[in-house]
Amino acid sequence: MEVLDRYESIVDDFAAFTAACERPLPSAVRVNTIKTTVERARAALDAEDITYDPVDWYPGLLKFPDDQPGTNWPYFHGWIYGQEEVSAVPAEVLDPEPGERVWDACAAPGSKTSQLAALMDDDGVVVATDSNLGRLSALRSNAERLGVTNVAVTHEDARNHSLKPFDNAEYDRALVDVPCSCEGTIRKNPDALDDWEYDHVKGISGVQKGVLRRAVQATKEGGTVVYSTCTFAPEENEAVLDYVLEEEACRLVDFEIPLDSVPGVTEWPGGEDGTGGGDQSGDGTADDDGPREFDPSVEKAKRIYPHLNDTGGFFCAKLEVEG
Amino acid sequence: MSHESTRFDRVPATEAERDDEDPEQVTREEILDFWEDRYGVPRPVFDDYTFWERGAGKIWIFRGDAPSPVDVEGLGMTFLRTRQEHWKPTTEAVQRFGGHADKCTVHLDADQAATFVAGEDQELADWEGDWGYLIVSHDLVGESEPMGVGLYLYGELRSQVPKGRQRAL
Repeated sequence: MEVLDRYESIVDDFAAFTAACERPLPSAVRVNTIKTTVERARAALDAEDITYDPVDWYPGLLKFPDDQPGTNWPYFHGWIYGQEEVSAVPAEVLDPEPGERVWDACAAPGSKTSQLAALMDDDGVVVATDSNLGRLSALRSNAERLGVTNVAVTHEDARNHSLKPFDNAEYDRALVDVPCSCEGTIRKNPDALDDWEYDHVKGISGVQKGVLRRAVQATKEGGTVVYSTCTFAPEENEAVLDYVLEEEACRLVDFEIPLDSVPGVTEWPGGEDGTGGGDQSGDGTADDDGPREFDPSVEKAKRIYPHLNDTGGFFCAKLEVEG
Repeated sequence: MSHESTRFDRVPATEAERDDEDPEQVTREEILDFWEDRYGVPRPVFDDYTFWERGAGKIWIFRGDAPSPVDVEGLGMTFLRTRQEHWKPTTEAVQRFGGHADKCTVHLDADQAATFVAGEDQELADWEGDWGYLIVSHDLVGESEPMGVGLYLYGELRSQVPKGRQRAL
């Protein structure tokens, strides 16, 4: 958990933050409205005496206060899908409508792909991209169990996503839920920080910038792009937004979510321990990983800390494409 | 997955639009006939969908349309196995569309349903309908819900639930 100490300067009530990170998170499912209704899924769980707590802001999200339930009929029928509460946020923020073209840039294993399809009433197209064939195979079988018929799956590096298979049609909306250092999943995976490395954070930040940039390029003018991670590192969050605001015609926009959150940070000391990288190279300027100031509009992004709503950690931003 | 073809060809509407070099090519008309004639699924159920062939005989169902051919890893959902004597719907197709069927469907009680989902064969003494691939359903919270495909032969229902979908319930 020492890794998280680097965020002491940006998290209010840091003690509550670390205490929350140490508490295990109950498992949760999302009801798949492509195959059933929330009422019937709940009745089917009741019939098997499985206890659940509905999440107040999302009627189809059900948390299991006891152990994760074993095999059950609603699961077999593709009526429910394991998905954590904060993981349901970005698709809600993207808010796709039936009939639209939507890109899910880093789609496997398909939690958000199938949620997008359900929000669209399985009408329109979700192009689901991933670079890993094994994970794509999981996405395919998840989407099939959930009965999704409006998903086209592509195997490629999202940074070089091609619009050619579909006659260069641009997207109405894109979800960029990137691979990240996953610090915010610590309550679900207690070993999530075991392999944490500063170099990995900096390296993956480059991939994230490339994917977000491609999503802005592939989305129509006036279209919406949502960027999200399950990590706290500003290198993977505000720094990525700052980069794309500089490089592409887009802007961050305000949005509401039904969970408590704090604004994105505009300043970050940087460095492995979060106290600044300084000018170790001695050339009179701050090193790349030294203190940073970000575009002031990154305050429109939202940081969801585990202690705010008793969830996992999450970061979410909404962009409008201008060019 | 990587060894499979990634080319999807839209199924031609009728025989007249068939690829001249492929007289066995399945048509949309034949697919709609199959679901209506064998299972009683009304044709309008599939109005908003297109059918695609990947490799020989594997038909996928896609909501909406796309340029044909299209090179992708997946397009909608696997739907039907054709180019064989007896066409076979997928588990996923039956779960999603089998509720519209009123023929060649067999309804199981709770114990029989558990046996079926476990992937096991079972005696079915009272079935007097057609042999071959049947849509298999059970009651779930007060309504009939299709589970998958069973092959009925000589008084026995053989579960066709794929290994990865089998469960001990």
